[in-house]
Amino acid sequence: MPVLEGKELRIVGFLCNWCSYGGADTAGVARAGQPTDLRVIRVPCTGRVDPLFIVKALLEGADGVLVSGCHPRDCHYSVGNFYARRRLEVVREFLPVIGIDPRRFAYTWVSASEGQRWQEVVQKFTAEIHDLGPAPRLEDAKPLLRLADMALTSLHPLGTGEKAALAELKEAIKAKLPELEFVIGWQQGYDAAHTVPLFMKTPEDVDKLVWGPLNVNNLAVYLPQFKGRKVGIVVKGCDSRSIAELLQEKLINREDVTIFSIPCEGVLDMARVNTELGRYTKIDSVTMDEASVTITADGKEHRFCMTECAQGKCYGCTTPGAVIADQRFGTPVEVTPAAHTPPELAMLDAMSLEERMGFWKAQMERCLRCYACRNACPMCVCRDYCISDARDPHWMSQGESARDKLFFQTIHALHLAGRCTGCGECQRACPVGIPILALRQQIARAVGKLFGGYQSGINPEAIPPLLTYAVEEPHIHERDW
Amino acid sequence: MSKIRFVASDGLPGLAASLAKGGRRVLVPVEKPAASKPSVVFAPYEPGIKMTLAKATVPPKEAVLPECETLMTFQKSRDPADLNQTTLALTAVEEGVPTVVFACRPCDARGFAALDKPFLEGLYADPYYKARREKLTVVSLTCATGCETCFCHWVGGGPTSPIGSDVLITEIEGGYVLQAMTGKGEELLEASGLPDGADKFPLAEAARKAAWASLVPAPDLKAAQESLKAMFEDTAFWEAETARCLSCGACTYFCPTCYCFNITDEGEPQSPCGGRRLRSWDNCMSSLYTREASGHNPRPEKYQRMRNRVSHKFWTYPENWGPYLCSGCGRCITNCPVCLDIRAIVLDAVAAAKGKV
Repeated sequence: MPVLEGKELRIVGFLCNWCSYGGADTAGVARAGQPTDLRVIRVPCTGRVDPLFIVKALLEGADGVLVSGCHPRDCHYSVGNFYARRRLEVVREFLPVIGIDPRRFAYTWVSASEGQRWQEVVQKFTAEIHDLGPAPRLEDAKPLLRLADMALTSLHPLGTGEKAALAELKEAIKAKLPELEFVIGWQQGYDAAHTVPLFMKTPEDVDKLVWGPLNVNNLAVYLPQFKGRKVGIVVKGCDSRSIAELLQEKLINREDVTIFSIPCEGVLDMARVNTELGRYTKIDSVTMDEASVTITADGKEHRFCMTECAQGKCYGCTTPGAVIADQRFGTPVEVTPAAHTPPELAMLDAMSLEERMGFWKAQMERCLRCYACRNACPMCVCRDYCISDARDPHWMSQGESARDKLFFQTIHALHLAGRCTGCGECQRACPVGIPILALRQQIARAVGKLFGGYQSGINPEAIPPLLTYAVEEPHIHERDW
Repeated sequence: MSKIRFVASDGLPGLAASLAKGGRRVLVPVEKPAASKPSVVFAPYEPGIKMTLAKATVPPKEAVLPECETLMTFQKSRDPADLNQTTLALTAVEEGVPTVVFACRPCDARGFAALDKPFLEGLYADPYYKARREKLTVVSLTCATGCETCFCHWVGGGPTSPIGSDVLITEIEGGYVLQAMTGKGEELLEASGLPDGADKFPLAEAARKAAWASLVPAPDLKAAQESLKAMFEDTAFWEAETARCLSCGACTYFCPTCYCFNITDEGEPQSPCGGRRLRSWDNCMSSLYTREASGHNPRPEKYQRMRNRVSHKFWTYPENWGPYLCSGCGRCITNCPVCLDIRAIVLDAVAAAKGKV
């Protein structure tokens, strides 16, 4: 190693035991010369290659990662590489958003007899990595703080839901309540500017129910723990998508859950509200008209117009009404889907790879790993068994570096690939305001691109794209090189 | 009489700068703009840093109990003469650097006083904590008003409480009055070169009185300890109180008084890099916190974990050490994704226990 110090780069290769490892062996037996930069890790199948292996290697200092397995239709386990192909494509689309050059990662197929092909693959990939040079390290990145431009136009009218059919909703819940253990909704929190989840068990509880732009919580997060029990839930459009996704994954039973819905007119971005109010203030009163919320805090009046202070997700929302519901109230809103990039993602798009790495470094330095993002996520269902705090396997260091924290966010984002419905609870829950939703939005964009415009949580009957495969993938080239 | 100094309205950054001379670490509150929401954190003073006097989102607990610290490093090496002989070298990691926490709030300072008891006054003093604590000087800024989530005066503190502070700063018209509360504080003010402010002290006293006057009267928590004891086995009560809890742990990490930690060995003693023993924050809201090696978990449900948290703060810690393990800063409420309100839980417990105690 010391002889080659500086000349050799670190490339990690994950090779399937049955084909590519044999292929590399064949190349060796045939004395086909190969660059020595590649460290081979033998895995039973490319289907065993968790995308986290790749990200962990790249974040911890690998200059390149190569995954190689059996040709499609030739898997020792029949379909392992079909699943792998989908995941590996998604991870390649994801890497640039955290500032890693996607050319540092490649996957290919080499059979056990293709010694010569293996030689070509290794030589070509190593040459490409050498052209790119040593990978930039997150540790060395220059921290960058930048704000997203939140001036946006919405696909549907935003408002405060002043005319919502709340009275009818309350009546319907009261009528249905005897059949249910409880119905989950929202009530006023510790002051007039916050609402909190409400578990309605009696008609008196139902009277506490409120509706409006302060109902930020996605209540679907509570449903999996009540699987098998008869419960009700009040939803906004985005919350209903989480329910559809939970149904897709059979984490809840449709017949157990009664869904009440009112079309949503948008929710307030409390982060932006707090930027003006200050986080530690005394709220005197909150009043609403159809277009805005007026909050009087510490004796001063602040008016927040819904078209300017809604959460980023609301502007591109195409499902203000529930995608799935048992009882609907109010007038449905028609939305024509249109191209829309959420503000934080647009900001990242406009940055160079180097800037993105610096951006995440600066953001992650504030993370305390409190896991509010994870636990507020309705799709994070491992929760008590999350690999981020498991000791066996010990996947994550307890260290407090920005790199460890970014790796945790990557785990969260990749585990949501094809499942995240973009409800934004992760970002809203983050006490220090790290724009982590952008990572999920990038994944959702990649999934849409790779799987024919697929959107999570729209159709309860659909199978999430990473839990299935197609033998012929319409949007994935089987072999680029 | 304690030392009183005065500094003009624009003088605090200059004071922080002068404190930072000589390699002292001065942690000052700074606003970090973010793509989504700003947060105020304590950061080491550097020239050009933009200080804020806003209440920090994250308390300065890390000054004595870092989010993660290396307790020691270890490495195994083989004796070249006799390969069967290996030695394990342990290297303790260096002690704390002189630190000033600057312009924290009385609730933050109260946090240090709360941590001192278990870490310094128990059967064994924690050497890592002790090394940092002894070199720490706390300079607090008294609050002019309370906020919606503040309840320091419920738990024995207050907007101008000196508990845990070495120096108290109070804003008055035209500047700030600095009052030394301890010997450490006197030394710091002595060395600061600031002009005497004894003549302005009445103005500071008036400002402090006004701060107290702005607070909503505190309810009586005297029965809290006994009430929580009485309610301990009332599962229905705790389930109802914690129904909306997400069991994330944000409340503990943003708490100036929570001090639970985990110890992990990372790395391999045999490798050339060796390994290290890390101590990092842990929290009782995580189910892994109590899970035993056998797989048994005495607190598998979120209501049990929150019950533990509330009981520790308002019953068992006071039983062992006297004061509450809560400084009433309200960050657990403000930073909670579902605004779970610890005040409401304690008051509900007191109300529900009436007749039982």
